[in-house]
Amino acid sequence: MSTERREVTPINYLNATTGWKSWLFTTDHKRIAVLYLISITVFFILGGIFASLMRLELTTPQGDMFSSDTYNKLFTMHGVVMIFFFLIPSIPATLGNFLIPMMVGARDLAFPKVNLLSWYLYIAGGIFALAAILAGGVDTGWTFYTPYSTTYSNAYVMPAVVGVFIAGFSSILTGLNFIVTVHKMRAPGMTWGRLPLFVWSMYATSLIQVLGTPVIAITLALVGLERVFHVGIFDPAIGGDPILFQHMFWFYSHPAVYIMILPGMGVISEVVGCFSRKRPFGYSFIAGSSLAIAVLGFLVWGHHMFVTGQSMYASMVFSMLSFLVAVPSAIKVFNWTATMYKGSVSYNTPMLYAFGFIGLFTIGGLTGLMLATLAVDVHVTRTYFVVAHFHYVMVGGMVMAYLGGLHFWWPKITGRMYPEIWARIAAAITFVGFNLTFGPQFLLGYMGMVRRYHSYAPEFQPLNVLSSAGASILAVGYAIPFVYFLWSLTKGEKAPSNPWGAKGLEWETASPPPTFNFDHTPVVTEPAYAYAKEEEVHVG
Amino acid sequence: MNHHVMPVRTYVLIWLVLIIATGTTLGVAYIDLGPWNIVVAMMIAFTKMSLVVLFFMHVKQQSNLTKLFVVAGFFFLAILIFVAMTDYGTRSWIPPGNMW
Amino acid sequence: MADQAVPMEQHSPFLQHHFDDLDQQLDSSTLGMWVFLLTEIMFFGGMFGAYTIYRSMYPEAFASTSRHMIPWLGGINTAVLICSSLTMALAVRSAQIGKRNLIRIFLIATMIFGIAFIGVKFTEYYLHWKDHLVPWAGFQYPEAPQFFRQAQILFCFYFFMTGFHALHMFVGLGLLTWLLIKNERITFGPTYYNPVEITGLYWHFVDIVWIFLFPLLYLIGAHS
Repeated sequence: MSTERREVTPINYLNATTGWKSWLFTTDHKRIAVLYLISITVFFILGGIFASLMRLELTTPQGDMFSSDTYNKLFTMHGVVMIFFFLIPSIPATLGNFLIPMMVGARDLAFPKVNLLSWYLYIAGGIFALAAILAGGVDTGWTFYTPYSTTYSNAYVMPAVVGVFIAGFSSILTGLNFIVTVHKMRAPGMTWGRLPLFVWSMYATSLIQVLGTPVIAITLALVGLERVFHVGIFDPAIGGDPILFQHMFWFYSHPAVYIMILPGMGVISEVVGCFSRKRPFGYSFIAGSSLAIAVLGFLVWGHHMFVTGQSMYASMVFSMLSFLVAVPSAIKVFNWTATMYKGSVSYNTPMLYAFGFIGLFTIGGLTGLMLATLAVDVHVTRTYFVVAHFHYVMVGGMVMAYLGGLHFWWPKITGRMYPEIWARIAAAITFVGFNLTFGPQFLLGYMGMVRRYHSYAPEFQPLNVLSSAGASILAVGYAIPFVYFLWSLTKGEKAPSNPWGAKGLEWETASPPPTFNFDHTPVVTEPAYAYAKEEEVHVG
Repeated sequence: MNHHVMPVRTYVLIWLVLIIATGTTLGVAYIDLGPWNIVVAMMIAFTKMSLVVLFFMHVKQQSNLTKLFVVAGFFFLAILIFVAMTDYGTRSWIPPGNMW
Repeated sequence: MADQAVPMEQHSPFLQHHFDDLDQQLDSSTLGMWVFLLTEIMFFGGMFGAYTIYRSMYPEAFASTSRHMIPWLGGINTAVLICSSLTMALAVRSAQIGKRNLIRIFLIATMIFGIAFIGVKFTEYYLHWKDHLVPWAGFQYPEAPQFFRQAQILFCFYFFMTGFHALHMFVGLGLLTWLLIKNERITFGPTYYNPVEITGLYWHFVDIVWIFLFPLLYLIGAHS
């Protein structure tokens, strides 16, 4: 009699079919999410390399490591890669793709093949961007302002704008898929009022993707045409207005920052609810504020143009509207805090990232209000104050939310637990490294250090050295999860379906889920986040 | 929901109205109405578009959700055009050289 | 929603596995195409917005360009597209009632109108090129030299906007070809006519863009 006990791995979406074709031609939203996860990580590392080179140069006041042309290319490529190829797709294409069908109780997204097309478009756009980098780089800034980008730049502008154009369509199709899925594929009983807050924020994000991205597409297409034909509608020589480019560019690029942050806010709502063992406070306000941010976000783009030649009256209008858009974001922060009040809070890694998000996003958001104040902006625009502001919301906010979400749903995606101790250490290192990197930049900006220059006045050096040192710590904080996530794929503890005791349809299926998500279409009968008071959370 | 079949007569009638409207646009363009030329032209164009949307594209029979999406598209386009115009419309209010 | 599905529908070869029934599938594809058209509204809308701004900045320069357009030719092209919209709508209707022969006839008619439109458009492009009105190919503006610079902006819009429109027409012709072939292979009917419906939506949208392009590009200063 054989005493061998064989553990049979149940069939799930990861092992159901094998071979590279089953991955590259998959229409399973979960596999596509994993494909995105890998490619987005590659671009994050690339963008991080550019950032590291910049911070290295900035340790000394002189521009001694790189020529100014090269430095221009570094900050341009850092921006282009991080914004278009990391931040914008990050949560939507990975967590959104993976979770939305399960969260609404569906077998897949509305258009699975379009979903795969989205990924291929993302890769195609990425190839063009890489081509631009390898050929010699782009030096226009990620903002591609004319007439430099259309006429005077000698760098590889065309492949860069083509890459962003194509990646834009990847974003549009993802948004389209999510909108139709949420409208048409909800399981019986899954009313709008029972949707997880993550779905609400992804829906709002998708609205922005669908309405805003086409505008930057046409804008960059017009830049490309002007570069090819040496004449175009932004050409000052025939009466063209460079500020028109800025209007059209920022009409998308401001809502784009809400594309970047809303998914993060959705993650935080889920994490805070779970690790407070409470239904998020003010569910309808959180849901409604996501939609409000999406709509109001389209009305404020002129605050990027206060000093470039826009009419002062238009600037005043944009300034007031920019104050308004802070309100729904603040509503969320208050609601998350109220969720924790009298909740049963535990400090698992996702919750640590959520705490980091709430604090750092608040700082970033408040400094955004300072920038929205016309009279202040005149002095601090184009300084490191702006750089610090957007890194606080994007990195202190969004990247932390992304990491928090990755940790929260890692057991569901991979069927493995990550090592909790190392994860908490990494979260702490990230928090310290982040603040050391970007906190001093507020001071530098206020004191007058200009952005996008590789040399600066010598009195700014101590804070710059602090910032660069912080960057190296931040890099360690990011490297550690990379290592243990990979380690966990084979050595991590096998995860149960619901390691956190969380509420949500995705936790009612196996970890990792089967290919069609559920054995039977779920029927929803209880409200969202029906946490009972006595439930304990599994601490890994 | 999309199962109601419109009669051929309806489509042909709409087609006829569209053709006549096109002719009208062309004809009115040659009459000098000053600033009203563009207004009339756009009003006719909006009417033609509405007919195509409601009848050829079946929106008249569709759910309110579809109608909402159609309106939303034009609403955001209107934001792009009109809010950008607040810049161009007000630049002349301050003589050049009087800003920061 | 799923409970009322007719058992036969579960075996319909047209039902994709992630949908519960054909109704949900049709609703989803229609909504999906409308969301896509929303993106097209914003795509073309960006150019319409930029056009509006420049026209408000340079009204006389823009008005001076009308004498170089051929309004009646543009008017005929507008009518051609409207006819193509009629035949497209009738093709969709034929698919709804499952009449393969009618679908074929109306699809071909739509394509003929579409090709006629392209033919007229490219003829106009050729005439403009001969008259030195292409901004990047030896632009000349002898009759109104004071508008030599700004008139080029209008002509940039003319070529870019009608160019993107023509590009969308080519894609539409491609979709119609695909539909023609599909019509021979499968039977469209009341429960499944999705591809025809959504191609129709796309085609009508391209028509609507032209409905606005015509007065804005051809008729600016026709009354002067």
